Amino acid sequence: MWRAAIVLLGTLTCASALAEQVRVGEGVYRPLYRNEPDQPVAAFLLDETPVTNEEFLQFVAAVPRWKRSTASKLFVDDHYLAHWAGDLELGTNAQPDHPVTHVSWFAARAYAKWKGARLPTLAEWEWAASASETSAETRGDTNFLRRILNWYSKPASTGTQPVRSTYKNLWGAWDMHGSVWEWVEDFNSSLVTGESRADSSLERPMFCGSGAAGAADVEDYAAFMRFALRSSLTARSATSSLGFRCARDLPRDPPEDSL
Amino acid sequence: MNISKSYSPRLARIALGLFAAAALSTSASGATLPVEEAVLTHAPNVPPPITRRTPAKVVINLEVRELVGKLADGVEYTFWTFGSTVPGPFIRVREGDHVEFHLHNFPDNKLPHNIDLHAVTGPGGGAAASFTAPGHTSTFNFKPINPGLYVYHCATAPVGMHVANGMYGLILVEPEHGLPPVDREFYVMQSEFYTEGAYGEPGLQTFSMNKALDERPDYVVFNGSVGALAGDNSIHAKTGETVRLYVGNGGPNLVSSFHVIGEIFDKVYIEGGDRVNANIQTTLVPAGGSAIVEFKCEAPGTLVLVDHSIFRAFNKGALGMLKVEGEPNTEIFSGKTMDSVYQPEGRSIPHDAPRPPREEGKAKTLAQQKADGEAVYKQTCFACHQATGQGIPSVFPPLAKADYFNEDPDRAVAYVIFGREGPLTVNGAQYNQVMTPQNITDEQIADVITYVLNTWGNKGGRMTVERVREIREGGPAPFGAGIGAH
Ligand code: HEC
Ligand SMILES: [Cu+2]
Repeated sequence: MWRAAIVLLGTLTCASALAEQVRVGEGVYRPLYRNEPDQPVAAFLLDETPVTNEEFLQFVAAVPRWKRSTASKLFVDDHYLAHWAGDLELGTNAQPDHPVTHVSWFAARAYAKWKGARLPTLAEWEWAASASETSAETRGDTNFLRRILNWYSKPASTGTQPVRSTYKNLWGAWDMHGSVWEWVEDFNSSLVTGESRADSSLERPMFCGSGAAGAADVEDYAAFMRFALRSSLTARSATSSLGFRCARDLPRDPPEDSL
Repeated sequence: MNISKSYSPRLARIALGLFAAAALSTSASGATLPVEEAVLTHAPNVPPPITRRTPAKVVINLEVRELVGKLADGVEYTFWTFGSTVPGPFIRVREGDHVEFHLHNFPDNKLPHNIDLHAVTGPGGGAAASFTAPGHTSTFNFKPINPGLYVYHCATAPVGMHVANGMYGLILVEPEHGLPPVDREFYVMQSEFYTEGAYGEPGLQTFSMNKALDERPDYVVFNGSVGALAGDNSIHAKTGETVRLYVGNGGPNLVSSFHVIGEIFDKVYIEGGDRVNANIQTTLVPAGGSAIVEFKCEAPGTLVLVDHSIFRAFNKGALGMLKVEGEPNTEIFSGKTMDSVYQPEGRSIPHDAPRPPREEGKAKTLAQQKADGEAVYKQTCFACHQATGQGIPSVFPPLAKADYFNEDPDRAVAYVIFGREGPLTVNGAQYNQVMTPQNITDEQIADVITYVLNTWGNKGGRMTVERVREIREGGPAPFGAGIGAH
């Protein structure tokens, strides 16, 4: 039934032939810190792969204000698309089928909007990424964890690899770990407590050993790294190992007759 | 200068708050100060002592790089580094200086990093102010107000992993009037590595979280890798000189029992602080802590730096060498002057159960020689060449399946009698170490060489006591054996 929904969506938006979405079933995202409540995640659609250089090039060509030379410095930093040969030219450092990197959060969001999509929320992304090939949740699966950590054992200077070169998880999403970091809509929420006097305690989970004491899973070093990365970023930041993929809501009531 | 790169109002507020305070103090008193760029040195080198007697504005630029490097011969590891080395560079400032610190996170890095300098009085030692995404630079200011030798390290979550991957170094805050002059200063930093593969397993090794949690390191090293302070990388001094070692411990877990075989520390600045203790054999260096030790080199020879939690030294790599050159000082150390039989009162030799009479080694069967040789090996050679003769990469050459040993067992005899020093290639790997003469009898030498010849895939054969005696009489020269000759 969800396949039908994709077909439907595909016709509604200007989705390129390259991006396919997969359905991620509902679940629960357990935050890194025990004092935060579990968050239910409704089923949603997620791009099968990270957005590629080629796809992002189509976007920049269609929406020229996101070209490297013209993008507003309010929305991108000096690393924006730094690995491309030119405004509309990928060159040798940016293979068409590799995930696009060096994109800011603003740029990633603009792309998603152009596609009629959005960025996944942190909870959605983490829930989708916690699936291995065979299981929706991998908490405590040390082999899975080790595989993720192995990615961090390679410096980013070894470059990106084509999409679909790591593994396809239970939901059908490729490369959730082991390829690039990915932007999420609320990337900074792990820092924002909403209580300004708690600011100094923001450092606590990020910098002190004591932070780990409150962690739900002290061995999930990979999760710590993702959270540290996200909280080091600003919405303008672009780095050589940070890309993104899009998400969409499932249509509320898929008309039965569209089957 | 742009430290609040953030569009998160929250982060910006913290950063701006810190920055505003720092900027004020700089403009109040720092404006008139002379400005200098700090000299940063890689271990074992230490920047020159600070000669100025007034504060300066000291600018420090430190770049974080994630890179693959050598952990031991044939073993690689992805290090996260300050300044592309483990440990990070040695920083030297003076009490009361105004430090302007720029932390650069190299654009190709995957991870954010920061720095917590134990010399900083302020929240997180600068950790929050220096938290930096790849491709960015953070700037913060501080004034070191407590003299001493301090560790700095990355404190980004997961902290343990950032430290375990190599992110630490030392910063010396010299007291206003400086430290007493010495002839030589060196930078030595101990730390551990936790790898998926066991010690010595070749290839690119990945970080083992489980071993780190269990505090079960595979490698315990000085200055970032096995052999970084031994062989060609040894440090040097001359007899009569006073040496000061700035010793740090990056951990992440172990406390070091720092000891120099063959020396007594004349002075130890305990835990890197003001208090000086005298005449110390072994000093504790806590994880995330330091000590400054000083000693006068009295006699020539090789002093061996170890963590005296001794399996770490001989089995995991925590071993360094300080080679002291100069004239022997027989009053301080005479060398061996005599070897005589020790016979406690009331005991005479045939007291033991009667042993089968034999004409020295010749009468022993091969099996006997091997059995006796094995005992000698376990008592004498084992500590260095290891239980199965595999040695320790870059420190102790192997005797198992060793091309060099099989080529000429006579030469091996000469090394056992006279010792050996200098470059050596065994099974394709380079060594440049010192094997001291082993004080065992000719019969024991014949037995142990026979044992080694017939074990661990070596070529077989026998060594006789007569041949050992001939080699002893012939002296070290024919085999290039002996130590201290050059
Ligand atoms: C204190 C440590 C130590 C002990 C004990 C020791 N050796 Fe060595 N041995 C070394 C070192 C270091 C070298 C390399 C010297 C060099 O680089 O010049 C070496 C080299 C050798 C070599 C030549 C290299 C090779 O691999 O063939 C032989 C043979 C040898 N040792 C045999 C022995 C035997 C037999 C014993 C016991 C009787 C022994 N050693 C005890 C440290 C030791
Ligand atoms: Cu770090």
